[in-house]
Amino acid sequence: MKSLTTPRSAGAAPEPPAVAAARAGDRRRLAVLVQRQGVLAVLLLLVLVSSFVFPSFGTLDNARNVTVQASFLAIVALGMTLVVITGGIDLSVGSVFALGGVLAAWASQYGMLPALLLPLAVCGLLGTVHGLLIARAGMAPFIVTLAGLLAARGLLLALTDEGADTYLVPHGSAFAELGQGTVAGFGHPVLIALVLFAAGGLVLQRTSFGQSLFAVGGSPDAATLMGLPVARTRVLVYTISGLLAGFAGALNAARLSSGVTIIGVGMELDAIAAVVIGGTLLVGGAGSVSGTLWGVLVLAVIQNLINQIGSLNSSYQSVVSGGFLIVVVVAQRYLARGPRTT
Amino acid sequence: MAPPDAAPAAPPPGPDEGPTAPAVLEAVGIGKRFPGVVALDDVSLTLRRGEIHALVGENGAGKSTLIKVLTGVHRPDTGEVRLDGRPVAFARPSDAQHAGVTTIYQEVNLVPLMSVARNIFLGREPRNRLGLIDFPRMHREAAALLAGFGVTADVRHPLGSLGVGTRQMVALARAVSVRAGVVVMDEPTSALEPREVETLFRVIGDLHDRGISVLYVSHRLEELYRICDRVTVLRDGRLVHTGDLADLDRMQLVAMMLGREVSEVRRHGRTGFGEDHHPDREAVLTASGLTRRHVLDDVSLELRPGEVLGLAGLLGSGRSETAKALAGALPLDSGSVTVAGRRLGRPSPAAAIRAGVSLLPEDRKAEGIVAGLSVRENIVLAAMPRLSRAGVVSRARQDRVVQVFMKRLRIKASGPEQKVGELSGGNQQKVLLARWLCLEPKVLLLDEPTRGIDVGAKAEVQALVDELAQEGLAVLLISSDIEELVEGADRLVVLRGGAVAGELTGERVGEGELLEVLAAHAPAAGSGPDDEEVRHDG
Repeated sequence: MKSLTTPRSAGAAPEPPAVAAARAGDRRRLAVLVQRQGVLAVLLLLVLVSSFVFPSFGTLDNARNVTVQASFLAIVALGMTLVVITGGIDLSVGSVFALGGVLAAWASQYGMLPALLLPLAVCGLLGTVHGLLIARAGMAPFIVTLAGLLAARGLLLALTDEGADTYLVPHGSAFAELGQGTVAGFGHPVLIALVLFAAGGLVLQRTSFGQSLFAVGGSPDAATLMGLPVARTRVLVYTISGLLAGFAGALNAARLSSGVTIIGVGMELDAIAAVVIGGTLLVGGAGSVSGTLWGVLVLAVIQNLINQIGSLNSSYQSVVSGGFLIVVVVAQRYLARGPRTT
Repeated sequence: MAPPDAAPAAPPPGPDEGPTAPAVLEAVGIGKRFPGVVALDDVSLTLRRGEIHALVGENGAGKSTLIKVLTGVHRPDTGEVRLDGRPVAFARPSDAQHAGVTTIYQEVNLVPLMSVARNIFLGREPRNRLGLIDFPRMHREAAALLAGFGVTADVRHPLGSLGVGTRQMVALARAVSVRAGVVVMDEPTSALEPREVETLFRVIGDLHDRGISVLYVSHRLEELYRICDRVTVLRDGRLVHTGDLADLDRMQLVAMMLGREVSEVRRHGRTGFGEDHHPDREAVLTASGLTRRHVLDDVSLELRPGEVLGLAGLLGSGRSETAKALAGALPLDSGSVTVAGRRLGRPSPAAAIRAGVSLLPEDRKAEGIVAGLSVRENIVLAAMPRLSRAGVVSRARQDRVVQVFMKRLRIKASGPEQKVGELSGGNQQKVLLARWLCLEPKVLLLDEPTRGIDVGAKAEVQALVDELAQEGLAVLLISSDIEELVEGADRLVVLRGGAVAGELTGERVGEGELLEVLAAHAPAAGSGPDDEEVRHDG
């Protein structure tokens, strides 16, 4: 019975704990790397292969085209990333995006400043209301922002007489230039999106607010007991999401020179898809804005590729994106199983 | 059963300020009611500067509510909280923390996905000149802070990758590193290993020296007598006693908590166990060579009808894993379990239950109780197939079974339809016990059956275990309470590092002998590096 006195068989001797720990550490680091940068690898691979297969894909013109189209979704998805990290969701962003565009187009007749401030004010306020209902009244984010989706769309239709009125951005105005101008051939929206992502990354990783987003998503109870301002954080994150969606809408209106009422339908789902593909956990507590940026670009490249394949109906884009989403989530689960033991 | 040690504990490390030290945190005439219950009724407590103050009481005495009132989680209905003599109204935990009152909760409350350093500094991260978080400094300070607690883990790793004890130490480090005047500790040692408990006590000593007050809640009397200066006893939401701990002996303290006469408690002893049993029949369960890499190493044991077999060992020795293996809930590399002469094939919980082996798991909340269901529903959950005919569950049969067990196990509930979540921990445990007993098992595996339940219910559960063994059940008892093991078990199997380190029978079942075995088998040369891996259970 005294098995302790019998030495372990040398052949099957377990590796020393130090080695095992180092292995586990390596594996965790690898998993984190894949989690964070796996999408980037996929994106680069996709771009590389496509450039060989489709000569028209690898051109600078096409790159400019793809990025400017992706920049609006990117800005919306940036806000969504922060919301999802707190364990929430914002379904209203598509409608808010369209509402922001119409408000901006209407206000653009009074100059650039009103054209930016009006959508920011209205959409930010809408986000704040979402946040208050979620944080203070304890309602489910899904329901609150679903109501917001309907409300924003309704407001938009009321403002445009059921879509009959279309507000135009004055040609050649500074506001129009904001959406249409380019630097080195890349549209302003691309540069603005990049600046916003840089700022978003800084806020998320290097400020107390960013840390509390992770804490609220990782464990709301713990965050409360640690004395973090949980309610304020939640209100703020939905406000930011509203602001970004409204701003993206305004920027899009400037680019299109008009407040289009029928856009933004289903955009919230694209944003969520980009966020998830980018490695942010839908349950909250982990994620990054860089991942979201790559996620948005992956979706944009897939769309562009399908357009390149002339014979393929562009409707298949959703199918391919959806399939890709599943692959990413499955890969995430598989990788997460090893290192995240608890 | 020897009468418990009645000698007063050694004088506590008296605060330098003496009994006249000023009050730091006071609760004055606190009343708090929840729907249907008065949780606190005119309770007052004074925490003096630099003292270690024990707060004790059975479950439901109001300890948790009082702590929550003091730390801003709840607001009192009547009475007031005073800090340094001034009334304060903490609206939320952050208010209390900013005022210098921090808390370590019973269940570790940190964010598992975030890194250790981030957890420690959440909400008060060190900044650089640009106002951004200074990570190098944060990691440095976190590592230095944790080193003082004997934790050497990489502070950049997610907290979730650490063991439970280490996490508790991180929570402690966080609470202490806040510039606190008062630290409230709610059962801080429940997840700690002995070595970590020593570290904790050292830290508490430091706090004491620095003039920081500690409100210390624990079920473990030894700990209280070791470190606490004064004690406040609550019972049924009322204040029973406040005074120097040295003036009370253990019996008096327990008697106050229970609201019984000292003589009565003395007569019954401290545990609810009676005489030893005399099993002499054939083993009903035989386990041989249970092995799982890194977890169990050739564990063999026998269980005879009518005996209580104690499974002893330190945290991480493989006690829970052995129980799980017997219940078919732990995949094995090799080894077999035979019940009543029939060898279990592919181990699975369902097969084990069919063979008559029931496991009462360690973690009641996560693995046992369905809080939202009634007492009746919880009891008949596992017995459904037996109580139903052609898939239809007979309510009359259910009621009969439930009534029998509620009476027999003395489950205190307003009725069979009360939700289990509303019961005390002890009664929840009895409901779980009833669930398995109505399957009429041959072997009952109890993993920490009295952990976290109050003293009175503990004695009742212990008495029940005794009765069950007398009726011919084979009982395996796992407990980290040495007293419970020694008094409850007829025979002890001691585990260490996943292997059987020794067995104590008959006269040799005693605290001294057990400690001897545990100590004698300090890392032997042949036991290999696995002894370091003490994180498997818990």
